[in-house]
Formats: sequence, C-alpha cells, structure tokens
Amino acid sequence: MTRNSLRARLATAVLALALAAPAAAESIIVQSTTSTQNSGLLDVILPQFTAKTGIEVRVVAVGTGQAIKNATNGDGDVLLVHARAAEEKFVADGFGVERFDLMYNDFVVVGPKADPAGVAGTGDVVAALGKIAATTSAFASRGDDSGTHKKERSLWKLAGVDPTSASGAWYRETGSGMGATLNAAAGMGAYTLTDRATWIAFENKADLAIAVEGDTRLFNQYGVILVSPQKHPHVKAKSGQAFIDWLRSDEGQSAIAAFRIDGQQLFFPNAKR
Amino acid sequence: MSDLATAFRDALDLLLSLDPELAAIVALSLQVSLGAVAVAALVGMPLGAVVAVGRFPGRMAVVVLMNALMGLPPVVVGLVVYLLLSRAGPLGAFGLLYTPTAMVIAQAVLVTPIIAALTRQTVEDLWGEYEEQLRVLGVSRLEMVATLLWDARPSLLTGLLAGFGRAVAEVGAVIIVGGNINHVTRVMTTTIALETSKGNLSLALGLGIILVAITVTVSALVMAMRGREGRAVHG
Repeated sequence: MTRNSLRARLATAVLALALAAPAAAESIIVQSTTSTQNSGLLDVILPQFTAKTGIEVRVVAVGTGQAIKNATNGDGDVLLVHARAAEEKFVADGFGVERFDLMYNDFVVVGPKADPAGVAGTGDVVAALGKIAATTSAFASRGDDSGTHKKERSLWKLAGVDPTSASGAWYRETGSGMGATLNAAAGMGAYTLTDRATWIAFENKADLAIAVEGDTRLFNQYGVILVSPQKHPHVKAKSGQAFIDWLRSDEGQSAIAAFRIDGQQLFFPNAKR
Repeated sequence: MSDLATAFRDALDLLLSLDPELAAIVALSLQVSLGAVAVAALVGMPLGAVVAVGRFPGRMAVVVLMNALMGLPPVVVGLVVYLLLSRAGPLGAFGLLYTPTAMVIAQAVLVTPIIAALTRQTVEDLWGEYEEQLRVLGVSRLEMVATLLWDARPSLLTGLLAGFGRAVAEVGAVIIVGGNINHVTRVMTTTIALETSKGNLSLALGLGIILVAITVTVSALVMAMRGREGRAVHG
C-alpha cells in the first residue's frame, strides 16, 4: 500500500470516528426548562415512556425564553415550558399546534435565615417584595427571560417597584439558570424567586431557607406543545404527539405525581381530559 | 473547605466504581475533542505552513488574524455554529444540531486557528534555517511544505496538545450546539456545568479533577510517543 493511500484511509477513519453519531431508533427532541431536568423529574419519567414506545426522548434543558426561541427555529419536536402567555403566543404565531396544561407546582421566595427584610413566614409575596426593595436587601434575579424571570417581573410590577433601577446595587441579575442563581444567592446572602421543584432538589442550600410561600400568585403552570409540522416539515409529529399523549394519559400523570424527593411531591399533574 | 475534600473522595469513588455513565461521558469527550483536533490539524497545519513559506500581499494581515483568532470566545463560536446548523439556518437541512458532529464542528473552529498559528511560527523558524538548502536541492514549494512539516513534528505535536486542551476544556460552544442531551451530547464540561447548577458542588469538582487527570494522561502519552521517536531518530 502506498503511503498516500494509507494516509487517506487514516484521515477517512478519523473523520468517520469524529462524525459517528450514536445509532438510535426513533428519537424526538424536547425543548424544556432547567427546572424539569435539574429536579430529576425527566430522568425518572422519560425511561418509562421509552420502555413503552421505543421512542427515545432527547431533552435540551434551557431557560423558557431560549427553549421557545429554539422551538421557533424548528430545533425541537416538543416544547415543555412554564410561561403561559409566551406559550399561547407561540401557538398563535403558528409555531405550535396546540397548548395543553400538563402539571403545576409553585414558586417560593427563598432568602437568608437572618431575614434582613423581615419577610419570613409571610404569605403575601407582593408585600414581601415591596419590603425587600424598601430595605434594599440583596435580591438575585435570573435576568435571563426564563419562565421564572417572567414571573418575577410580573410580581415586581404588582408591587409597584422597578428593581432594574437598582441593578448592580441590591438587585443583582445573574443572567443564568435557576441552579446558578441559587448558588449565587447562597453566596451573596440574597433573596431569590425559585420554583419549588428546583429548590427541593438543590443540594447547596447553605444559609438559604423558604421565606415566602403559599400565595396564589406564585402558581406555576407547565404546558406542553407539539411544534408545528406545517411550519417545520421535519418535525416528528407522530412521535412528538405520542409523547404528549402519554404525558397527559393516566399513566404519564401518575408517573409525574409519583416523583418525589425526600418524600416531597415536586410536580402536581393537572392535564384536562 | 469540606467541599474540596468531598470532591476528591467523589472523584476517587467515581473512578474506582468504573461508573459506566461516567465512562460513556469521558469517551464522548475524547471522541469529540480528538475528532475536532484531527479536523483542525488537517486544515490548520497545511494552512499554517503555506502562510509560513508563502510570500503574498496581505500576508502580515493573515498572520495577525490567525494569531488573534486563537482567542475566539467559545460561546460566540457556539452561537454562530448554532445559527448555521439550526433548522432555520443555511445548513439546517442536514439535521446536525444537537449531535456530536455539531460539537466536533464547533470545537474544530476553535482549534484550527491555534494549530494554524503555531504551525506557521514553527515552520517559519525552520524555513529560515533550511531555505538555502531546499532551494539548492531544487524542490518544489509543495515538497518544501511537506518536508518542513515533517521536520517540525515534535513542535507541531505540542501545538496539537494545545488545541486538544482548548477543545476538551471548553463548555461554551458544545453546550449550545450539543444541547447537553443525556447519553447523546453530554460531555465532561457540560456535566460539570449541570451538576454545578444542581448545587452538587463536590460532585462537579470531582468530575473536574477527573477531567484534569485525563488531559494529563493524554499529554503524558503524547510526550512518551515523542520521547521514543526522539530516541529512534538520534539514538
């Protein structure tokens, strides 16, 4: 064998190695939020769906804003997020087929145990945010246009506070995911808004504890949407729909309800059938 | 720092248990980054050598550009590759987004300037030494490039290592174009980012220790190869 052909074959082999993607049967891509992945929910329920249908589910877990943007570009078959208004716009704009309620949990405000704003134990989140602003206690915001960040902004609006005017002072926008923001809040001794699932599963609570919970305005609804095959013909509509149907079925809903950490239920199924 | 102590214990536990999940993640890290270095070498080495021996207008600008691109921000490369490979992008029809191939492409873009720039410098230095000789022998430009590249191989190997180090350590590009999908595109750095976001700081750090150990091993293997070759040539 000549040296050149050997070299060519070597190069081909290296390229083949580099380009080899793992072989799989049918698979779908789900654009979802960090809370569903970081809490461990998807790690538990997805294998049940795959075992039943043979469809592999590949999850891209990013903030709701980015997930919706990616799905709008057609880079996913199913969207599973928690920002109702943005989800409805996604469907209205023709990028999604139909939005279904899937499950809910709630948001909580966590903060340092010393409680500099004196809000611990209150059930009124809007008043609590007002106090945090009035006492200029540190508050860590996601600042990333995620579902949690959208919720946080709507609550500040209700409180009549524009926290961005204090950006860099007591209002600190981390521009990152829930976990990273909790790490930052733990490090700075700041308050922050988090979904309860991520909070319960979070391992670095340090000096943080739940300060405000139980306000109906802290309700956190998750929705699931099939990306429109009309807009994006490559969308695996059949498998994606099968996944959505399973999530909304008795079996899927029980799987969601059965997911617990330290005995606590993290998500409450509420698909309407 | 109890986290640091726990991190070393976690790292050791993971290594000793030969955790199959971890093995798969390490294998994918190596596959993606070595693949990226291979692609970058195929492009960067000839490019660097040609710029080293070539004399053309704007050559200095090319040299400056190649050197500057060594500092490409991974997250920007990730974003650009995402926009290219997205279904809404110009290469969307290939369906490469969220695959290891997309990660190889992004890292190859990051590593190519490093290999090209280091090759250019190495070959240019050698060229200064051998130019007369090669001209007297009357070899063609192409043969010169090949000869210089071959003679420079110990230094070029270090260039490849620098490229590999850059590739295997970056997270900004692969997390965007790979999506950090479990069992598909999850590599060492994206796992570390994920575990950090879950607040598993000691596990994340444990994985970091393993990643450093891997790069040290790769570097040692390359140096051992180089040492043996050095003896074969000179001994």
